[in-house]
Amino acid sequence: MNRSALRAAVPPLVALVVLLTLWEGTVRLLEVPRWLVPPPSAIGAAGAQEASSLLGAAVTTGRSALVGFGLSAVLGVLVAVLLASSRMVERALYPYTLFLQTVPIVAIAPLLVLWFGPGPRAVAVSSFIVSLFPVIANTLTGLRSVEPSLRDMFRLYGARRLATLWKLELPAAMPHLFTGLRIASGLAVIGAIVGEFVAGFSEGSAGLGILVLSAYRQLRTDLLFAAVLAASGLGLVLFGVVSLTGARLLRRWHPSAQGT
Amino acid sequence: MAPPGLPSPSPLAPISGSGGVRVKVEGLRRTFPGNVAVLSGLDLDVAPGSFVALLGPSGCGKSTLLRLVAGLDRAEAGHISFTPTLERPQGERAPIAYVFQDAHLLPWRSVLDNAALPLELTGVSKPERQAAARAVLEQVGLGDATDRYPAELSGGMRMRVSLARALVTHPRLLLLDEPFAALDELTRGRLDDQLRALWRKLGMTVLFVTHSISEAAYLAERAVVLSRRPARVVLDRTLELPGERSASLRTEASFAREARLLNEALEQGERW
Ligand SMILES: Nc1ncnc2c1ncn2[C@@H]1O[C@H](COP(=O)(O)OP(=O)(O)OP(=O)(O)O)[C@@H](O)[C@H]1O
Ligand SMILES: [Mg+2]
Repeated sequence: MNRSALRAAVPPLVALVVLLTLWEGTVRLLEVPRWLVPPPSAIGAAGAQEASSLLGAAVTTGRSALVGFGLSAVLGVLVAVLLASSRMVERALYPYTLFLQTVPIVAIAPLLVLWFGPGPRAVAVSSFIVSLFPVIANTLTGLRSVEPSLRDMFRLYGARRLATLWKLELPAAMPHLFTGLRIASGLAVIGAIVGEFVAGFSEGSAGLGILVLSAYRQLRTDLLFAAVLAASGLGLVLFGVVSLTGARLLRRWHPSAQGT
Repeated sequence: MAPPGLPSPSPLAPISGSGGVRVKVEGLRRTFPGNVAVLSGLDLDVAPGSFVALLGPSGCGKSTLLRLVAGLDRAEAGHISFTPTLERPQGERAPIAYVFQDAHLLPWRSVLDNAALPLELTGVSKPERQAAARAVLEQVGLGDATDRYPAELSGGMRMRVSLARALVTHPRLLLLDEPFAALDELTRGRLDDQLRALWRKLGMTVLFVTHSISEAAYLAERAVVLSRRPARVVLDRTLELPGERSASLRTEASFAREARLLNEALEQGERW
């Protein structure tokens, strides 16, 4: 790591230490009950004590989120290409893709249990539904934002439809596509955890959503906090991987990735 | 016959009867929504292998004309014909090339792959199209920049890549729409020289749109000045200038006279 990166890391670290100290101090001073707000030290201890079950749960949830995210990435791009193929198709279908964004996932999760049975499959589908829309919307914007003169040039050289898609539209849409994927990566984890609340009960290892629920039932608020932290950590990891991949792919040509 | 003087003979099968094409425009009419007649009955006859500069006030329809000639737009009436005909069997190289005001390169492709694009789109194999692209890049003086990306080039270099891309198919008609307008005077002058040298070597027909009177006089054999919209021909003149042109020409009396004539025609066209 270079110096400027180290220097950039100092302010947020200082802020974190200050915040944790204040938290710890206030909770102890006012003698807030542990089940209501545990001090950071207790959360850390619970996390360390339950490290293996937290890790196992994170892997379970991560797997479902990854499947959901992968489905979103592949199907989202395919749907966007279909919608971009003609204004008619877009006008006919785009309103229904909006449905994906407005559907309350908690409300349809029971349906997913009915259709896919409780377990990782329903959880992955929940993650998929929640993360699909941003991929479609952003990829579509990208496909539509190709410069008209570039289209003209492809036309002049007699490019076929598929060549134009493959060599012009998809590469031009890449920056937008990755914006969509970054948003989707965070949502995929949220979708998986919500899915687990409703559909996560099955034989086999429990995910973070289940861990949150059982910690709540036992009033082990410190463990609950630790599970929540693990969940957002999981989202961050996925987000980071997607961002880095995008930056690598776009490095040599897109301003958004310059200097990475 | 391959165009004479290519540094390395291109591995591609040459276009039959390479060289310029005659372009005949008759009674061309184009009206855009809102009933603005941009062209209403324009006639123009361009001899094969000639270099014609097109001048005219902004918005008079020069780009519209070029797009129609390139087949990128359709006229309501009138006729554009090419002799010999430019009908192109599937998979043949495009006989018309177009250079836009901006370079319009694909930023995700290297210089080499940008220059090779037109051949790639017509299905020429990778080694062949790369060899051809290398050859034209060499001709525009970019032989050592083939692996760079557009974002890593200066504006002048980008424009030269764009020119190389247009030339890679050995077009018989080269259309240029204010290609060097965004460049500084010095770079522009250099590219003008390069373009003219390439034209002398390759012998394609060139239609060159510009706002610069001195650029038109310096480059072209013939200048056509158009009026305000709808475009009519105000002046159509074969320039009385030597075939061999260099920077010193700009200071000569004959050059000044041609420039003055073009200027007068432009002013007349504004009032038309
Ligand atoms: N696609 C279009 N739709 C509507 N109007 C158009 C379209 N293209 C061009 N026009 C109009 O046609 C007229 C001529 O445009 P054109 O671009 O051919 O002018 P030009 O001579 O190239 O001008 P300039 O020198 O500024 O490039 C302009 O008034 C322009 O507004
Ligand atoms: Mg124009």
